[in-house]
Amino acid sequence: MQDSAVELARNAGQRLFHFHGGLHLRHHKQACCQVALQAVAIPPRLYIPLMQHAGPEATPLVTIGAHVLKGEPVGRFDEPSIGYVHAPTSGTVTAIARQAITHPAGLEGLCVVLKPDGLDRWIQLQPIEHWQSVDPELIRQRICESGIVGLGGAVFPTSKKVEEARKSAIHTLILNGAECEPYISCDEMLMREQPDKVVLGALILQRAVAAEQVIIAIEDQMGEVFSALQTAVSKAECTHIRLVKLRTIYPEGGEKQLIQVLTGLEIPAGCRPPELGLLCHNVATAAAVAEAVTEGKPLVQRVVTVTGNGVKRPRNLLALIGTPISNLVDACGGYTQDAARLVLGGPMMGYALASDQNPVIKAANCILVLSSRDIQPDQAEMPCIRCGECARVCPALLLPQTLNWQIRNDLLDDASDSGLGECIECGCCDYVCPSHIPLVEWFRFGKSEHHLLALERARSDLARDRFLAREARLEQLKQDRERRLSEKKHALQDRPTVESGTTGQGPA
Amino acid sequence: MRQVLYALCPGIVAYTWFFGTGILLQILLAAGFALLFESLMLKVRQQPVALFLNDWSAIVTAVLFALCLPPLAPWWIACVGMFFSIVIAKHLYGGLGHNVFNPAMVGYVVVLISFPQAMTQWLYPVSIAPTDIGFLDGLWTILSGQLPAGMTWDAITQATPLDTIRTSVASGHTIAEARQLETFGDLGGRGWEWISNGFAAGGIWLIWRRVISWQVPTAMIGSVILLGLAGYLLDPGSNPSPLQHVFSGAIVLGAFFIATDPVSGCTSPRGRLIFGAGVGILTLIIRRWGAYPDGVAFAVLVMNMAAPLIDRYTRPRIYGH
Repeated sequence: MQDSAVELARNAGQRLFHFHGGLHLRHHKQACCQVALQAVAIPPRLYIPLMQHAGPEATPLVTIGAHVLKGEPVGRFDEPSIGYVHAPTSGTVTAIARQAITHPAGLEGLCVVLKPDGLDRWIQLQPIEHWQSVDPELIRQRICESGIVGLGGAVFPTSKKVEEARKSAIHTLILNGAECEPYISCDEMLMREQPDKVVLGALILQRAVAAEQVIIAIEDQMGEVFSALQTAVSKAECTHIRLVKLRTIYPEGGEKQLIQVLTGLEIPAGCRPPELGLLCHNVATAAAVAEAVTEGKPLVQRVVTVTGNGVKRPRNLLALIGTPISNLVDACGGYTQDAARLVLGGPMMGYALASDQNPVIKAANCILVLSSRDIQPDQAEMPCIRCGECARVCPALLLPQTLNWQIRNDLLDDASDSGLGECIECGCCDYVCPSHIPLVEWFRFGKSEHHLLALERARSDLARDRFLAREARLEQLKQDRERRLSEKKHALQDRPTVESGTTGQGPA
Repeated sequence: MRQVLYALCPGIVAYTWFFGTGILLQILLAAGFALLFESLMLKVRQQPVALFLNDWSAIVTAVLFALCLPPLAPWWIACVGMFFSIVIAKHLYGGLGHNVFNPAMVGYVVVLISFPQAMTQWLYPVSIAPTDIGFLDGLWTILSGQLPAGMTWDAITQATPLDTIRTSVASGHTIAEARQLETFGDLGGRGWEWISNGFAAGGIWLIWRRVISWQVPTAMIGSVILLGLAGYLLDPGSNPSPLQHVFSGAIVLGAFFIATDPVSGCTSPRGRLIFGAGVGILTLIIRRWGAYPDGVAFAVLVMNMAAPLIDRYTRPRIYGH
C-alpha cells in the first residue's frame, strides 16, 4: 500500500467527500424511533440455528436433555477464530434437529431447540477486570469466545477481523453508525439509549487493534444520537474519539463507501481497509464487545427493528437469538389487516421469509412487514434500453447493463472482467431501472455461476494434470521395459556361442 | 417513452401554427402504420403484443419520423417509412433494445433517397403563404397524392431555408443577401426557429426529468456552434452563422430527441459526449459539402455505427481499479 494513501487515510473525517451514485431514499424511521427499546419476553421455545453466517455449521456441544445456563456455548465452529454459538437463556435442550432456518434460500439447518426454565440464570461471568492493561490478544480471545460477529448485517466473525487487522498498522478505528437503509433503526436506538456502551466498546476495540484514533460516523438526520454520543464521549474523557455526521444517502453505510466519504480514498481491488490503516466495525458490534469484555456476557441478544405498514405498533425490540419472529410481531401488537410480506432486513437488501416461525439470528437487524399497498404489482421485465441510469447510481462505478447482458449470454469471464466481483448488491440499479429488470438477482446468479465455473475449471485442470502425469508414467514404464528387453537381447547376442558337441562341464 | 411525446408537444404546436395541420395528419398516419407493423412483427416473433405496444416506443419513432416529412407528403411515404423503421430497422435487428440504428432515421433516409420529389415539397409558412391550404384540402392531398383542383405544387411549395442557402451560395450570392428573403426570420428560417425553440423547451424538460442525459444535446449543439463559428469567421459569405445553423433544420430536434435514443447511442457519459460531438460535426460537414441540405439523419446513422466502438474505449473506471 502506498504510504501516501496511508497518510491521506490518517486525515479521515476532517472533511467529507462524495462517492459516485447512490440514492436519496425516504427513511420511514420516525415511528420506530419515538418509542423506547423494549425487551421481548422469553418465548416458550428458542430455536438456535448452528449456521449463523457464511461457512459451515457449528458442531453442537450439547446433547438432547442437557440443562444449559444462559451464555453457555452450545455450538463451536471448526475454524478456531470464528467462535461459538451460545444459549440465550437457561433451560433444557429438547431437540437438535434440522429445520427451516432464517436463510435467503429457505434452507434447512441444524438447530438447537431450547426450552427455557424461566429462571434466566447466567453462567459464571468472568469480566476482564483491567482491559486497559491486558495483552490485546486476550481481548481478541474474549471476542472469539463470546461469539461476536459483525452485527451490521454481514455477520463476519469479529475476532477474525481483529486478528487480520493486527497484522497491519491500524491508525483509525471507524465505528459505522450510518444506518443507511430505510426502515432500519436498530443502531440508532442503541446509540440513543446505550451510548456509553458504544463508546466503551470503541475504546476496547481500539486497544485490541492498537489504533491511534476513533471515528464514530452517524447520519446527519440522527439528531438525538449526536448529543447522546457527545455526552458519552465527554464522560469517558477521551480526546481521540471524534464524532462525524455524514450526509444521508444510500448506501453510505457500506464499508467501501463509508471509507470513501471519510477519506476520499478508494480501497484498491484485492486489498482490504487494514492495508490503508483503517478498520470498520458496526456500533452494535462495539456494544457487544463492551458487554463481553467488561461484563463477561457472550452475544445472546440483539436489537431488532420490527416495522412496516403490516405491524400495528412498529418499534425496536431487544430480542434473544433464537426467538421466533412471530413473538416479535406479537410484541408490536400483531399484524395489520393488509400485512402481505415478511422481509428480513431492509427494503433494498433484505430477503423475503416464508414463515414467521423462523428464529432471530445474529444477522437479523430488521423485520419488515410489508402491507399490500407497499408492494408494487409485479411488472413484466422489458428488454434493456441502455438508458444508463443504472450506471449513474452505481456506487461501485460498474456498468450494470453490460454485466446484465454478459451474464445472460454466459460470458461469465467477461462479466468478471467488467467487475462483477465488485458489486456490493446494494440494489440501487434495480431501483432505477425503467425496464424493471431484476439486476441484483442476475448479479447474484452470475457470481455463483462464475464461482461454479472456477471450481469446474480447477477440477478439470487437476484431472488433466493427473491424466498427463499418468500418461507420462506409463510411457516411462514402457520405455524402461523396452530398454531392459533390448539390453537383455544384446547381452544374449554378445555371449560367446556354445560349440556343438561340447557337453557342459559338470561334476564328473 | 410517453414523457418524450409530451416533450415533443410544444414543438408540434409551433409547427402546426406556422405550417398548418398537415403535420398532424402525417403524425397520425405514421403512428397508425407504426402500430400496425409493430403488432404484425410482434405476432410473427411470438412476443406479447399488448406488453410491447404499451411501451409507446413505436409511437415515438412514428412521431419523430413524421416531423421530418413535408406536411403534405402522400400517405404511402409514411407507409414505406414506417415499414423500414419498424420492420427492418427495429424488429429484424432484435426488437426493442436491440436495434443498432435509429429506426426513425432509417425510415426517413430510405424515403428521402427513394422519393426525392415528394420529400422536397415543403410549404410556405402560413403567414407568408400565397394560398391557404385548409385542413380538408390537406387531408385530400395526403390521401390521394394529388392537390385539389386549382392548385399547383409550384405555387404552394418553396425550398427550405437550408436549401435556399445552399442554392444561393452555389449561384454566387452571399448569405447576407440570401437572408433578405422573406423565408428567413431572425436566426433561422421563419417559423422554423420557433419550432426549434419549442423542441428545445421540451428537451430541457426531459433533461430535468432525467429521461435523457445532458451530454448528447450539449455536445451536439456545442460542436455545431464551435465548428459553425470557425466557418463563419473564416468566410461569412458562404458559411452561415453558428446560431443560424442551430436554428435551421433538425439540429435541435436531433440534439434532444433523435441523437439521445439510448439504444442506438453510447452508454457511458464520455461516450455520449463524443457521440453528440460527432453528430454535430458530421451534420455541418454534410451541410457544407454534401449533396443534401440537412445532414442530421445521415450523421446520426454514421455515429450509430461508431457507437459500440466508442463505448468500448470510454468505459468508466471501476471502483478500486
